[in-house]
Order: sequence, then C-alpha cells, then structure tokens
Amino acid sequence: MKLAISQSSLPGPDDITCVELSNGITVLARSNFNSPSVTVSGYLAVGGLFDPDEKLGIGDFVSAALMRGTEKRDFQGIYQALESVGASLSFSGATHTTGFGGKSLAEDLPLLLELLSEGLRQPVFPEQQIERLRAQLLTGLTLRAQDTRDMAGLTFDQMVYKGHPYSRPEDGYPETIQSITRQDLVHFHKKHYGPRGMVVAVVGGVSPEEAVERVRAALGGWENPDQPDPPQLPSVAPLEKVISQRVEIPGKSQADIVVGAAGPPRKAEEFFEAALGNSVFGQFGMMGRIGEAVREKAGLAYYAFSQMSAGIGPGPWSVSAGVNPDNVEKAIDLIRAEIKRFVTESVAEDELSDSKANFIGRLPLALESNGGVAGALLNLARYDLGMDYYQRYAGLVEAVSPEGVLAAASKYLHPDKLAVAVAGP
Amino acid sequence: MDSPITELKLSNGMRVMLKEIHTAPIISSWVWYRVGSRDEIPGKTGISHWVEHMQFKGTPQFPGGVLDKAVSREGGVWNAFTYLDWTTYFETMPADKIDLALRLEADRMVNSIFDAEEVESERTVIISERQGSENQPLFQLGEVMRAAAFRVHPYHHEILGDMADLQTIQRDDLYNHYRSYYRPNNAVMVVAGDFETQAVRERIEALYGPLGAGDDPIRPARPEPPQRGEHRLTVEGSDDTTYVQVLYHSPVASDPDFFPFIVLDSLLTGPTGLNMFGGGISNKTSQLYLKLVEGDLAVGVRGSLPVTIDPYVYNITVTVHPDRTAEEVITALDEEIQRVQETPPTQEAVDRAVKQARALFAYGSESITNQAFWMGFTEMFDSYDWFTGYLDRLAAVTTDDVQRIAQTYLVPRQRVLGTYLPTNGEVSK
Repeated sequence: MKLAISQSSLPGPDDITCVELSNGITVLARSNFNSPSVTVSGYLAVGGLFDPDEKLGIGDFVSAALMRGTEKRDFQGIYQALESVGASLSFSGATHTTGFGGKSLAEDLPLLLELLSEGLRQPVFPEQQIERLRAQLLTGLTLRAQDTRDMAGLTFDQMVYKGHPYSRPEDGYPETIQSITRQDLVHFHKKHYGPRGMVVAVVGGVSPEEAVERVRAALGGWENPDQPDPPQLPSVAPLEKVISQRVEIPGKSQADIVVGAAGPPRKAEEFFEAALGNSVFGQFGMMGRIGEAVREKAGLAYYAFSQMSAGIGPGPWSVSAGVNPDNVEKAIDLIRAEIKRFVTESVAEDELSDSKANFIGRLPLALESNGGVAGALLNLARYDLGMDYYQRYAGLVEAVSPEGVLAAASKYLHPDKLAVAVAGP
Repeated sequence: MDSPITELKLSNGMRVMLKEIHTAPIISSWVWYRVGSRDEIPGKTGISHWVEHMQFKGTPQFPGGVLDKAVSREGGVWNAFTYLDWTTYFETMPADKIDLALRLEADRMVNSIFDAEEVESERTVIISERQGSENQPLFQLGEVMRAAAFRVHPYHHEILGDMADLQTIQRDDLYNHYRSYYRPNNAVMVVAGDFETQAVRERIEALYGPLGAGDDPIRPARPEPPQRGEHRLTVEGSDDTTYVQVLYHSPVASDPDFFPFIVLDSLLTGPTGLNMFGGGISNKTSQLYLKLVEGDLAVGVRGSLPVTIDPYVYNITVTVHPDRTAEEVITALDEEIQRVQETPPTQEAVDRAVKQARALFAYGSESITNQAFWMGFTEMFDSYDWFTGYLDRLAAVTTDDVQRIAQTYLVPRQRVLGTYLPTNGEVSK
C-alpha cells in the first residue's frame, strides 16, 4: 500500500511546541496562519472520580459553575465579554478530567485566556446562579431519564462496571444534584482544582512563542499545594455470563440496545489491534459487519455500530442499535452472532487492510481544523504518545495482523459473557 | 485568503463551481440536486429522503457496499442530506483520492439500480429512522406545528415523510422520482480544496459531459395563503419536560427583509450563522435568554431563521423551567417581543451582531468541507453572491430596519404557538 499523505503535513516534533510551566501546566502549541481564529482547549486532573457517592455529579456541577461568576465579573459580564467578540469558552466534567474548550478570533486570545484563568482560579459560585444552574442540570437529568439511548448506555455501564467508578454517571442523579450545597461546590473547587497535570493546547493564527507566553502570563502563577493525586482505579470484575436489563420508558416508538463488555485502556499493548478490529467489526464503511448484518441485510435499524472507548482506564467496548420494539430480540441475536464470529475467526486480510487504509488516510481530515489539531495534541499528552506519534502512526497501524486482532477481540469480548441493556417502551 | 471561483456550465446544463484552497491536502466535492420535501405531494411524502438512501445502494459499476468501502479505504468521509428544497451528496477526501468521488457521483447521477428487495429492506430502516425521531418530544411538537403553519404549501410535512406514505411508497415511485430530478441540468457540482482548476475541470467535463439532459424538472409548490389569525395547539406526551415553540411566517432568503431579520434573530436568541460543519457560539446574552432563563422561567431558549426558496417560518423554542408553566413563558415572550417592536435596538447591539457573524464566518472557513457547502447551498435558494455579500448586507442593517422587521413579522396573527405538555400534568412537582 502506498502512503499517500506527505509526512510533513502531520504534526510532529518540528512544529509542535511543548513547554512545561514551573507549576506543572503543560502547554502545547502549533500555529496555523491560514486561520484568522484560534482554539484553546485542554483539561485538568480533576473529574468525577473524586465525587462522593452521595454527592455524585459534584465535579460536573463545579465545572459548569466556573463561568457563573468570578471575583472580577458576574455571569453576564463574562458572557458579554465573550459573545460580544464572537468568542466561546466552556468547561465540562468527565470521569478522570475536567475539559475546557474555547475559540475566538486570533486577536482575542488574551481575553479567552483571561476568562479561562478567572474561571479556574477565582470562581465565586453566586447563590442565585447556582440555583439556576441546578434547575438546568435537573432538567437535563429529566431529559436523560426519558431518552432511550441515554438510558440504555447508563444501564449498560451499571451492569458492566458494578462496584467500579465507571458505573457512575458523571452528571449524577436528581437526588445527588439536589443534595449538593453551594458550600460543597466551593470546597470541592478549593481542594481539587490545581495546575498539576493540567494541559493546554493553543492552535491557530498565533505563533507558538506568543501562545506559550500568554498561557504563562494567565496561568503561570496558579498554585495549589494541597492538590490531591488522582485516585487509583480498581480493576473491573469480568462478566461471567450474559446479563440483561430492561428499562421501560412509556410512550416511545423505538428501543435502544447496548451490548458489550469492558474493553482495553488506551495504553494497553493491544490497543491498535483492538481499534482496527473494532473498525472491521462495527465502523468501517457503513458501520462495518454490524451495520451490514443489522441495517443492510436485516433492515432492522437506522443505526447499528460498535465503539471501543479506550481511555485512561478500561472503557466500554460495545454495540449500539436503535430498533423497533418488536425487533429487539432479533437484533440482539444478530449482534451476539457477530460477536461470536469476531472472537472465534480471524478477520480477513482484505478487511483488515481496508481498515488500515482508512485509519491512515483519514488523518488529514481529522487534522484539518484548529480544533482537530488541538484534540490531537491533547491526545499526545493524555496518553504519553510522544511528539512523533503522528509520524509513527502509519507504521503502528501497518504492524497489526489478523492474529493480533483475534487475540485482542477474544481477550475482551465473549458471546456468552456480555451485558445487554435495552431501553424502550 | 479568499481565492476566486471558476464557474462553468456543461453543454448538458450542469453547473460547476470550483475553488482552489491550498491550506490542507484535502478536497471536498458536492453534488446538489434541486429536489427536496418541497417537491412531494401527499401519498409520496418522504420520497426525496428515501431516494437519497437508495443512492447508497449501488449501481452496476459500484454495487451496494462497494462505495462505502471504497470511500472509507481512502480515508474519506461521505454523506448526504435531504432538506426542504434540496438534496446533496458530498465526499471529502485526501486530495490525491478525489477522482473516486468524481466518478461515483457521475455514476449514481444516472445509473442507480433501485433493486426491489433493497427498497423493502430500506423501508424498515427509514421507518426506524422516523421512530427514532418520534422518541423526541420536539419532533412530535414540530411536526404538528409545521402542519399548522402550512396548510397548502408542501413545507407542511416532515422531510422524513408521514408514516402512512413510508408504508406504501413503492419501488417504481422511488425510481420515477429519481429519474425526474437526478439529471445534470438539475444539478450543481461544487469542488473546493487542494487541486489545480484546469485538471479538475477537464476531469469533470469528461465524466459528466456525456450524461444526457432531460426535461428541466417542473417544481410547482402551491403558495401558502396568508395566515389570518393565530393558531394555538398542544401536543401531549409521556416526557416530563414542557416546551413552548412559536413559528412566525418569515421572508425568503433573497428578500431584502431577510438580513435585518437575521440581526433581529441574533438579538433575540443569539447568533446562528450558516456553518454546517464547525462553529457556533454560546447564547447567554441574548434578550430572550436574559428574560426567560435569567428570569427563571426557562432553562433554555434558541431560535432559527432557515434559508429557503419559498417563505418559511422563524422559530423560537423554549424549554420551560420545571417549576414554571407554559403560560408564564408565553406571557414573558410576548412582553419581550413587544419591547423590540416598540423600541429599536441600539446601534451598539447591531454592531455586535455583525461582529459575531464575522467570527462565525472565520470558524466556518477553517473547514474546506464547510466552504464547499456554502458554495452549493447558497446556489439552491439564491446564488453564491448572496454569500459573498452576506457580511456587507448585515453591516448595512439599521436599528430602524430591525424594529420594522419585528413590527412586520412578529405579530400574533401570523404565528403558530405550540406547547408540548407532559401527559401527567404540566408541573411535575
């Protein structure tokens, strides 16, 4: 196979600037002067893992509250400053980290970083805004409870990760969100937010030197000597049989299904084997073999695909489909049959080479926008991939064999050891 | 930053627009057809969207499944969209792979098979797509509201089509629809990205030039008579959240009133922009956000002013606060609309809306796919000049224009006001 992309267009050590500030913040920068705008995104080493069970969702709540008022500006002041120049900035809580993302015209980068810094270091959690935000979060949870896709996913996580932090939804439950006080938010922020482990990527119409200096000016002085280390993840107890659970949501026309188990973490040796296998299984073309079986041949679903969410820990490896309530059992049988085939027979050479070509060929598209490049840079930092990762990437993909895929698939998936979650009428 | 566009018309009537953009090794290729749900009659609703699905099922040269794999193998993405007024197909590929896209679109413009068995298998897929949408309360409400806003004009039905028609449309119906509208003289082709114009031009002429033109499709759409009086309606459902939606009849994109209307929308519900790929911003300082969300009457509000061939509707959608009622929201909404009718906005507010539009343009132009989208999209209801003149025409909007638009269009007798109410009672606590 020919490698079509010129290596020089991929981010690498020559054009990525990576600087660690003295307080532990890593700054990654890459310029793109074709663009009049700039993207700032990154994450902090604080997430839902720190949430106590009875206050589940507090990490997410705090992240959403950072922009509700700071020592310098009130809520409207913050958003007037941002929206008046067409800029945006937001925070979002996840299990391991709290992410942030913003963009503006290049000339407004200082403003963006100033607001990022204010939100992170000087939030004041105004009482009235907190109650308003609480009502919004609770409405979100009401919508979640009536969304078949959300509820199938949530139920699936509870089954696969029983007793493990991944069983917990990071946006919490209505009763836990109700129980969180303003003082809890203040305390959570003071204790857990800090610069250590924070990563900021700046990509767009600004030089890397300027980007680094502006981040340094905005966040270089931040310290939190008491910032805790991230909690250790316990191991996930493997499933011993097929377990099923059904959530009834009256009044719906369609049922959603999630079937699968825990998959590999990103740093697993067999990550590329699993990722390419997953592509053959439920991604490539029109959703791989799963799409072929459930949508194209049986006509059961508008969507049916697999995904492998390898992250810091062992994220789920699952198949999702939305089907008519009468076809739920039929779809589950088809999915299990495909899982059986996937873990007992090697994928064909040509299936694998198709997916390899896709993985390599799609890089330029993924890296087209400032946001895409920023995401790629954060990926390097999050998983210690090395600055030359995107230049080594084609080689890593090419090295995968059908035997390797089979070994990875059968390590994580078994047709008789699965969680099956269904939400529908 | 902006490079010129090369425009040509093939002898069979197909229009072609080419734009070189050398910022990334990518090319995005689109074919736009002048057909959408606007071209459907009762009994055949949803047929344009279903034809779009069938276009992925293969031709003799590229049988079903071959194309998906071919595009994916080259690292490309492809998709298609059916809208009210148009249907479009795109491929964005690594630059040296674009020939595949050019070949496959030329092929399926005329050679799709529409195998009867494939039609049946796709019937259930499309019904499943519709049922997935029916799970959403705003789809249920929106469908009924549109039907109330358009009694005569074909904008009255959902693009997905009515379930009754999805159960009865036959293979030949689909094939005839395809043959009537998929022809070079009813298509606009757009290619943007990292290429040399002359080479792509020659390739397009070779691939598309020989395709025969048919009669120009006739696109009658019965005009909607003026609405005389407010329609109010309620949809009940099992979800526990209350929504309020209001539709005001609005002008077409080519109408001079459209630009001040964009500014009015931006002031009321925040800037929306024209980006299909990448780039919106938050809406926490708009007038309705301040009134409804900061006033603890709602947890969210948004608006949109779609661009269409025939007059359509401006919509505002409010997610009601769990402790409040739809009536409270409607009262506050009306107060705020009355305010913009009585008092023009400040010049500063209008300038701000224009700056926001500029930023949204900058974000959208980062993506070659999005740039190609703009070119074809604007041709469907006006011309690419509409797009290139967009920011200047926004900048020319005066505060009086905005007030006049509010007075002319945001009037109760020209609106449909709808509420989604939880069956178990509006306030759940």
